[in-house]
Amino acid sequence: MSKSNFTRRGLIRTGAASGAALAMPSIFTGAAWSAAHSGYTNAPQGDTVTLGFNVPQSGPYADEGMDELRAFELAVEHLNGEGDGGCLATFSSKVLDGTGILGKKVAYVTGDTQTKSDAARASAKSMIEKDGAIMISGGSSSGVAVAVQGLCQEAGIIFMAGLTHSNDTTGKDKKANGFRHFFNAYMSGAALAPVLDKAYGADRKAYHLTADYTWGWTQQESIQAATEAIGWETVNNVLTPLASTDFSSYIAPVLNSGADVLVLNHYGGNMVNSLTQAVQFGLRDKQVNGKDFQIVVPLYSELMAKGAGANIKGVFGSTNWSWKLQDEGTQAFVRSFGTKYGFPPSNAAQTCYAQTLLYADAAARAGSFNPCAIVEALEGYEFDGLGNGPTLYRAEDHQCFKDVLVMQGKENPDNEYDALEIVEITPRAQVEYAPDHPMFAGGSLGECNPGA
Amino acid sequence: MLGLNSKDTKFLLIVIFLTLATPILLQPFPEGSGMAQFNAGYPDLMQRFAIYGIFAIGFNILFGLTGYLSFGHAAFLGIGSYSVVWMYKLLDYNVIWGLPLAIITSGIFALAIGFISLRRSGIYFSILTLAFAQMSFALAYSVLTPLTNGETGLQVYRSDKQVLLGATEPTSPHFFGIVMRENFWEPSVGNWQFTFNNGYYFCAIIAILAFYLSLRIFRSPFGMMLRAIKSNQQRMNYTGLNSRPYTLAAFVISGMYAGLAGGLLASMDPLAGAERMQWTASGEVVLMTILGGAGTLLGPVLGAGFIKYFENIFSKINDNVLHTWFGFLPDGIEDFMVTIVHPFVGKGWHLTLGLLFMAVVIFLPGGLVELGQRVGRLFRRRDINSADAEAKAAKQRANTPAE
Amino acid sequence: MDAILLQILNGLDKGSAYALIALGLTLIFGTLGVVNFAHGALFMIGAFCAVTMQRILTISQTTIDESRTDFLGNPMKVETPYVENWFGPELGGAIIDWAVPLAILFAIPVMICIGFIMERGLIKHFYKRPHADQILVTFGLAIVLQEVIKYFYGANPIPTPAPAAFTGSFDFGVLLGFDPNAIIYPLWRLVYFVFSLIIIAAVFGFLQFTTFGMVVRAGMADRETVGLLGINIDKRFTIMFGIAAAVAGLAGVMYTPINSPNYHMGMDFLVLSFVVVVVGGMGSLPGAVLAGFLLGILESFASMNEIKSLVPGIDQIIIYLIAIVILLTRPRGLMGRKGVMEE
Repeated sequence: MSKSNFTRRGLIRTGAASGAALAMPSIFTGAAWSAAHSGYTNAPQGDTVTLGFNVPQSGPYADEGMDELRAFELAVEHLNGEGDGGCLATFSSKVLDGTGILGKKVAYVTGDTQTKSDAARASAKSMIEKDGAIMISGGSSSGVAVAVQGLCQEAGIIFMAGLTHSNDTTGKDKKANGFRHFFNAYMSGAALAPVLDKAYGADRKAYHLTADYTWGWTQQESIQAATEAIGWETVNNVLTPLASTDFSSYIAPVLNSGADVLVLNHYGGNMVNSLTQAVQFGLRDKQVNGKDFQIVVPLYSELMAKGAGANIKGVFGSTNWSWKLQDEGTQAFVRSFGTKYGFPPSNAAQTCYAQTLLYADAAARAGSFNPCAIVEALEGYEFDGLGNGPTLYRAEDHQCFKDVLVMQGKENPDNEYDALEIVEITPRAQVEYAPDHPMFAGGSLGECNPGA
Repeated sequence: MLGLNSKDTKFLLIVIFLTLATPILLQPFPEGSGMAQFNAGYPDLMQRFAIYGIFAIGFNILFGLTGYLSFGHAAFLGIGSYSVVWMYKLLDYNVIWGLPLAIITSGIFALAIGFISLRRSGIYFSILTLAFAQMSFALAYSVLTPLTNGETGLQVYRSDKQVLLGATEPTSPHFFGIVMRENFWEPSVGNWQFTFNNGYYFCAIIAILAFYLSLRIFRSPFGMMLRAIKSNQQRMNYTGLNSRPYTLAAFVISGMYAGLAGGLLASMDPLAGAERMQWTASGEVVLMTILGGAGTLLGPVLGAGFIKYFENIFSKINDNVLHTWFGFLPDGIEDFMVTIVHPFVGKGWHLTLGLLFMAVVIFLPGGLVELGQRVGRLFRRRDINSADAEAKAAKQRANTPAE
Repeated sequence: MDAILLQILNGLDKGSAYALIALGLTLIFGTLGVVNFAHGALFMIGAFCAVTMQRILTISQTTIDESRTDFLGNPMKVETPYVENWFGPELGGAIIDWAVPLAILFAIPVMICIGFIMERGLIKHFYKRPHADQILVTFGLAIVLQEVIKYFYGANPIPTPAPAAFTGSFDFGVLLGFDPNAIIYPLWRLVYFVFSLIIIAAVFGFLQFTTFGMVVRAGMADRETVGLLGINIDKRFTIMFGIAAAVAGLAGVMYTPINSPNYHMGMDFLVLSFVVVVVGGMGSLPGAVLAGFLLGILESFASMNEIKSLVPGIDQIIIYLIAIVILLTRPRGLMGRKGVMEE
């Protein structure tokens, strides 16, 4: 057995690293051909390159996972020159030509994260070790994203995060090998606050119900800071157990607390139930402090909107993207997705589609699948035409900066996919923050790790 | 040899052989073939087989011998993992600090929880252990976040102290420089590719030791006493014997096994998530043990392998893979076959697992071990080898009336 | 004071769901001696009966509206439920609106059938097997049932609103002389509470005041003797299984407006319902009901801000904490009999 003095921390970027890596024993070697002699883990051999799509297929987020998977399949089709090409035509970078990536056909493997950090890491590891995946993407929760991102950093694989909204993913848990296209809790708050100010006025008292885990906390912290900046007062913040399905005992005291806005920092099933029950309590028909009582849900998803049904009417929230946008990129993507599957994509699907194209494009521009080359190609990269308008992948924290959508539950939806409408497209400048903002402090990217 | 009779020695040798040859045995299909999907010989899954094998062996010492059905063993798994990751954070990545601590802390917790829970028996005992484990899970996920890092899972940050970390030391879990995630040999024979991983062999050696220890316990007077408790506790009490210390000892031992397994999980992959303590994880080890054959020595290990295999292999089969499998068929039939198989693989792996559970429980009351015996009997008229001991245990279990 | 009253009301409502599930579980355990881990799945299937009812009522005729376009630019397809075509939008809309209560009629026969099939097809073969085997096989069944539901209905929660007449809440505070809005209570929860009391009363009445119930009670106490008297106790127990399944199913149907049904809601309730049953005492029907309400109320108290600020996270663990305390002070739960499930 060869011992090594190889340390992740000691690694110097790209060139030096890949040179040094030649002498290293292979770490995380997977499929037969994942030879160590290319200088990085799972260097594609032969005429295919394998991507790993790790999405929840069981558990409460399974439907969201399926939508992500559809988007991934579509992206692979487009990269391989099948279908109508989707966003390849609208993307500002033109290096992708439908012949795969760098002339290699794109293959993919799928796995089930079960929305558990452990299972997600096991699934990602099997993709890396067994299938030789060179990039992992997908996921529907921040806990999973952080866990898999950490794994990819150690293994020397690129992680293109799926749906993850916690500030931590590109904050205290950020990693050099990880990239997030999705927006985050801070951006939700920054985008929502002006709209709330306009709609409900500056003199409001907010009561927060917050899911008791890290995403819930960062979401609550962000929206509280943003609403207090416009003059709102925060009456109370109550943490609710993640496993709750019945929120009545948390909702009941709200009316009597003097608050006139209820902010639900919940996601998925939690949010569907808490919103449904809050509406059932008749909160939205009440008057407090002489004003109509209002409910706000900072983070929306199309699937949650569908699950909440009519209760969502008139409620403000934010999303990363919506199929109702009118720009070229959105239309191209929605057209291919809708034609293939018969219904419009969710914003989770869009982020996964965009992430796959961005990865492929970065590899093509860099001329290599080496993770360090890809990191370099993505850092500080400005692009457009994927549906979110002009977007920047910031080098300091690997977070995408782009417009954020403020959405509202629609009064008379045409069908179940039409539950939300765009109220405002908050420009990118308004949701930007410094890389060392206190809500994101504490972590560091470290060096990119090419693995073997 | 080693205090075992010749039959058990032979049995142990077979187990050692199987464990050491796992990287070859689990890789029966050549790369690139359609069946390669079913290969399980990659490090992560092999490590999981060994680790969950240890977990189930330990659980079996409690459940298989005394009949006390604990629904909270996952708590010890989680505690073991947290101990190891904390040692990474405070000292360095050498697992030598964390693993003993994992065993000790889980032992202490097991002593406390066992002392209280063993005041009751039957389902009341099960619910007490379940309650303790669920409380640990809920608190670890939320209130104890400073200690457990909550939803995200405890991991090592670059800002952590790591006081013993040397300049040339590996920055991932290792055992005196033997880095767990590295492979020491990757031979390929024809199209077959085998991976010999440091971490797996580390787990495998510990698993063999754990198995040997459980074998000794099964054959010892202490083990006999535990069996006596299972068959008739009341009679034991009438003879003036206090059975509590024995059951408590069994509980603590199996809790320490669980802690060791949890510690090993974190030794292979430096992350400890709270989900490890959830009731579904406790339920999983119960399923593993019963599925494989409770009270038998090898059964729980088989059960653990069975469940982990499904979780990791079947969940990865998607429609794309199905189309390549059935690609040789005419189009219409191909689509038909894919439609038929589709609900059972990929996102439907739970369904297949559920159906197989039911099938095993209905047709094989003695678990997978019984299947092995039945197949064995087809080939041999007389059971002369070590499986004999297994047969006895399985029979004993089958004859035990409803507890 | 008002806060305490408010949480008692909440607790009664939470408790009524727990009590109904635990009641069904105890019925099965008390009569057949089987630990049914698929009981949560029965609750879930009940909820999906409501979803199915809603789907049936909204089977729609598709017409093409040329004046509007859908998201792909094709002419918009407009769906009008047949019910609205037949009865007019007013009455038809009202019928759809009442889908959840109407689903009760649909759920009773469906659940009884499922109960019969389960008992005759599977559980019957497990009477003589160890409890561990019963747990495993019913657990396997629960997984299979929920996966089947997931296959047909997806994993996303499905909105099943209560009839419009029951949205909004009732102001108890005004009634008792407190300020308005101090003690409000959603109308549908009131309905759920009353409904569960009726079901509980009906089950007890059935067991207490009918000959059938008397025989079943006798069978629960001593199955063999009743059998020796020439009574076909097995048949009656099968019927009881059907009834227990129906109780679980009805609890599920009526719960849908509170908790949008999804395929894993059964598992979410499974552990909780076992804790309730055990705290009440294995095999004791009054114990199950009592424990259900008790745990519901205490859980509501634990979620009060005043208490949470004293003991953070108490609402996460209160149920289990109480279970431990009760089991340590009362060895067989609140009303358990000696020797049941203790070996």
